[in-house]
Amino acid sequence: MKPNNKVHNYKDEYYPPMPTRTTKFWRSCFIYQLYKFFVLNYKIMKMVVKGHS
Amino acid sequence: MAKVVVLGAGVSGHTAVAFLKKKLGKKHEVVMISPNSYYQWVPSNIWVGIGQMTVDQVRFKLDKVYKKWSVIYKQAKAISINPEGNSEISKGFVTVEYVVGDKQGQQEKVDYDYLVNATGPKLNFEATPGLGPKGHTVSVCAYDHAAHAWEELQKSLALMEQGKHQTFLIGTGHAMATCQGAAFEYALNVAFEVKKRKLEHLADIIWITNEYELGDFGMGGAFVKRGGYVTPTKVFAESILAEYGIRWIKRAGVNKIEKGIAHFETLAGEYKTQEFDFAMLIPGFAGAGIKAFGKDGNDITEKLFKPNGFMTVDADYTPKDFEDWSAKDWPETYQNPEYKNIYAAGIAFAPPHSMSKPMKTANGTPMFPAPPRTGMPSGVIGKVIAQNIANFIKNGATEHKHKASMSRMAAACIVSAGYGIRHGKAATMTVSPIVPDWDKYPEWGRDINATVGEVGLAGHWIKLLLHYMFLHKAKGYPFWWLLPE
Ligand SMILES: Cc1cc2nc3c(=O)[nH]c(=O)nc-3n(C[C@H](O)[C@H](O)[C@H](O)COP(=O)(O)OP(=O)(O)OC[C@H]3O[C@@H](n4cnc5c(N)ncnc54)[C@H](O)[C@@H]3O)c2cc1C
Repeated sequence: MKPNNKVHNYKDEYYPPMPTRTTKFWRSCFIYQLYKFFVLNYKIMKMVVKGHS
Repeated sequence: MAKVVVLGAGVSGHTAVAFLKKKLGKKHEVVMISPNSYYQWVPSNIWVGIGQMTVDQVRFKLDKVYKKWSVIYKQAKAISINPEGNSEISKGFVTVEYVVGDKQGQQEKVDYDYLVNATGPKLNFEATPGLGPKGHTVSVCAYDHAAHAWEELQKSLALMEQGKHQTFLIGTGHAMATCQGAAFEYALNVAFEVKKRKLEHLADIIWITNEYELGDFGMGGAFVKRGGYVTPTKVFAESILAEYGIRWIKRAGVNKIEKGIAHFETLAGEYKTQEFDFAMLIPGFAGAGIKAFGKDGNDITEKLFKPNGFMTVDADYTPKDFEDWSAKDWPETYQNPEYKNIYAAGIAFAPPHSMSKPMKTANGTPMFPAPPRTGMPSGVIGKVIAQNIANFIKNGATEHKHKASMSRMAAACIVSAGYGIRHGKAATMTVSPIVPDWDKYPEWGRDINATVGEVGLAGHWIKLLLHYMFLHKAKGYPFWWLLPE
């Protein structure tokens, strides 16, 4: 069954937080994401190395 | 000269063989027994399943690499283990059956000084009638399955191009299935591809899961500190599904598939159905089904394996209530307590219990995700076992110098949410440790300062980088050992 696209409230999908246009912009902003790429890689690497002896 | 035999050339076994050979050199023998001629980087099968990568981009032939490393490679599957030997062979041995070539169907007894079982999961499609590529749904658990999924997906996309409505059902195909993360990625990628073609008005994409709450991912969920709040992964998972226009059915154990119809039981005990045009549902996992025999041929399978086929290791398997579970229950050396020269790596080891709270439906059907063992811990476990065995052989050590418990190891989950160098997206999540430790972290079960939860293009680049990095490592290209697991 195709969901009714007009009325949204009271459906599960109505309740979670949704990204704003600004959030979506930063998520795909090349320069900002390049910075994030290095930050996230560094954070992940630190955790990976710590986990086993 | 010592002889180490590894079963299974997956993430865990291949890592173990690489480090064993590197540490032991030519003086000792390392044998790999695996039925597949290819190594596959399983996480990238998601991209094969949406037509963004070819099968040959996610796999490579094993024989060339093993030749380079001087690893003896037998393209065969292990059938049974005789840990005490038998009347003819005084030491432990594995009975293997060749799967290709002149020797196909022939059996051989391969003796060992140390044995590493890294046979991963058996994809248990049979546990859900009608499930899987031989039934009415597709899978992305192996590269050939993923290629088939892409063929089927193209048919649905073509029908949509003709204006026909399509229902996509993606998630778990059994009440005890795990690997929700992979299915979740596939759902997001399918939604991304549908949107890219501007066909979303013709698609109803449904996420179906055995999780109590979304974002459980078989780890009992997690918390992420961001934007001034500590937020459960439930909110993250629901938010991204809603953003992608995917609706969901949770607390659902799929128990039968007919053409275009998935039957499922809910936690409340109702029996329901969901129609679909295209379904990708992850099967339940079981162990490889290897038997074990004593010196006189008696069946001792229960000494090595749990009833689900996974191998017993140094975990605390004492049955306990959910509230009494401890991080200390989880293994750290992966040694079989009965036969000290046998180890299990990656998905092949039997976890002491799940991480998600065990639940039963009103009709008594167990319904909760089995514990996942993702690529990173699987690789780390393979490496640690190899380091310990090499240390025993070369230095005569008797204690395990290297340890890796999933209750101390962290994990990074990069959930792909769309492919493309400029427009791709992924959710990057980290948890530390993987298994919650409520004694050490009484508030959130994990180190809240070590969590990351970000959605963006950077995540896609990281996922892509990991694809090339892990294939570089697996192929044994220069400086492979410097790359982390
Ligand atoms: C679609 C998908 C996406 C995923 N994405 C991610 C991700 O993004 N990140 C992540 O960390 N993890 C991911 N995972 C999980 C990851 O792939 C597994 O954790 C990892 O493959 C487990 O490694 P393993 O060596 O234990 O098992 P496997 O990689 O399954 O290897 C097992 C090997 O044993 C062989 N074998 C089986 N039976 C026998 C036998 N009788 N004798 C000898 N050999 C045998 C098999 O042929 C195989 O080569 C994903 C999984 C799937 C299915």
